[in-house]
Amino acid sequence: MAKRFDIQRMPGFKTIAAVTFVLLYMPIFLLVIYSFNAGTSIAIWEGFSWRWYVSAWDNQQVQDATVRSLIIAFWASAISTTLAVLAALATTRTPKFKGQSAVFAMINQPLMVPEIVTAVALLIFFAMIKVATGYTGLLYLIIAHTAFCIPFAYLPIRARLTGMDLALEQAAADLYAPPFRVFTRITLPQLWPGILAGAMLAFVISLDDVVITEFVKSAGQDTLPTYMLGQLRRVVTPEVNAISTVLLGISVTMVVAFTALSKLKT
Amino acid sequence: MTAAISVRNLRKVYPGTPDVVALADASIDIQDNEFFTLLGPSGCGKTTLLRMIAGFEHPTSGTLTMHGEDLSDLPPYKRPVNTVFQSYALFPHMTVAQNIGFGLEMLGKPKAEIKQTVDEMMELVKMTEMADRQTGQISGGQQQRVALARALAPRPRVLLLDEPLSALDFKLRKDMQLELKRLQMETGITFIFVTHDQEEALTMSDRIAVMSAGTIRQIGGPRDIYDHPAERFVADFIGDTNFVPAEVATHKGTDADVTLSSGKVVTARMPEGEQMQGKVTLAVRPEHANISTEAEGLLPGTLSEVVYFGTDTHYHVALDDGTGFVVRRQNRPDETSGFSTGDRIGVQFAPGVGQVLRD
Repeated sequence: MAKRFDIQRMPGFKTIAAVTFVLLYMPIFLLVIYSFNAGTSIAIWEGFSWRWYVSAWDNQQVQDATVRSLIIAFWASAISTTLAVLAALATTRTPKFKGQSAVFAMINQPLMVPEIVTAVALLIFFAMIKVATGYTGLLYLIIAHTAFCIPFAYLPIRARLTGMDLALEQAAADLYAPPFRVFTRITLPQLWPGILAGAMLAFVISLDDVVITEFVKSAGQDTLPTYMLGQLRRVVTPEVNAISTVLLGISVTMVVAFTALSKLKT
Repeated sequence: MTAAISVRNLRKVYPGTPDVVALADASIDIQDNEFFTLLGPSGCGKTTLLRMIAGFEHPTSGTLTMHGEDLSDLPPYKRPVNTVFQSYALFPHMTVAQNIGFGLEMLGKPKAEIKQTVDEMMELVKMTEMADRQTGQISGGQQQRVALARALAPRPRVLLLDEPLSALDFKLRKDMQLELKRLQMETGITFIFVTHDQEEALTMSDRIAVMSAGTIRQIGGPRDIYDHPAERFVADFIGDTNFVPAEVATHKGTDADVTLSSGKVVTARMPEGEQMQGKVTLAVRPEHANISTEAEGLLPGTLSEVVYFGTDTHYHVALDDGTGFVVRRQNRPDETSGFSTGDRIGVQFAPGVGQVLRD
């Protein structure tokens, strides 16, 4: 009897797997460990302590950056998810049209264009608007984040829509439901898991962004990631580790929720 | 009298496949209170026609009227027809009762009336105990009943059924055939039923339209279609048939005297309005023929095989003209044909049994 091919029996399989996992998770593991360091070094262990969490919590700059990050992530995910729902409906619930794949590519453009290019383009574009209007508020960051969050919100929503039985919407139309009621009564209730998943993904992506934020932000508009970047340039303390650990916790929670929602059956 | 549904030269070519005519200039009048079946193999255009009546597809050309009113520009939600979908398409986030009441709710009926009709409908399809179940928690046969009740609840003038029984197992399908016929008689609603199953079509329909390759081949009652198929496709698609070469000697109206390969002459039936001359093909059903002695028979040959089927026996005959012929005889314990394999015999059928086919 021929042996079934088993990749686990290939020479070096276990070693490669082990090395990969160590490289992936060891740094994160160390980061979390050192966030509890009692000393001021991020490399020398001096005992367990909550001091850097307390210090981050009491730091006015951290507080401001956190609030700013959450405001931007909330609005960016809310707006991008709404736009993504509309885009997903237009690309799955209309007859095939010319240039459909071009539209698809354009919606997903932020995934393909190098982030630094978008960042520079936005910097120049917003600078022109700032000069013309004098407005320097958070709106620029919200708009920029919304733009790059759209594809992340769009993909799970679109996946959900294409997986849905079209006959359900036809059945509703057949039973005298005009188009808008078909949407609110049939499509939307089944789309919710996709919408929530898309919104969460967008939220995490926005919360995490450094490059575009760094270029677009005006003075005094640090978000949590750009504040941390700024700190690293000066004195590095385990406070950065503590903030990172909290961000990690939020991201992991949301990704787990996202996975659970995508698997959810109606 | 105006027809419930009147289809005139209805044509459909899908934009994606301009070379394929999904439906070629079909014309049908479907009467009120009729159980009308569109029968044909997959891809014959039957579902396309049904979907155009429902409003899910736009005709390329032709007209579609209901009780004289033009339907062509009405969207599905404004047409007084309801559909039972092949996949049932029950709303998974609603209960059985909410599904059945959906159409009435969309029509803006008062709550009390909706509840009363939903109760009636659940009674009609024997689903009363399942009212508060989610549609995922009931069996395929029960889902079928809910789909039926949901489509009947708004009391449409015409009910469209798209192969609704194809997902059910054999026993359930048999029961549902009778059930559907009963519902149609009780409600008095016109049913337009799409199927590829000839038996379903024959047992339930008042009239059948046999379709193939986007064209309606023949319209008639089950007996007409079965006993007097007008063309080769219909004879072949429905039931088993022997094709017998013949030549028209004389004909008057639908009666034609034809000469068989043996030289003997028998009266056959000509399709309505046809004036065929010369060489033709006759269709003879296996159970409409009999075997006899070589001298008595119309077509001489040798009995090549006798196959016993329990209820009946099939006699395979190698005719002297080189063609084959099958005769089916019902079995009785007190009777045998008296012939066995290798015997010289004759195939016999009564005047008017053979049907002249259009090619």
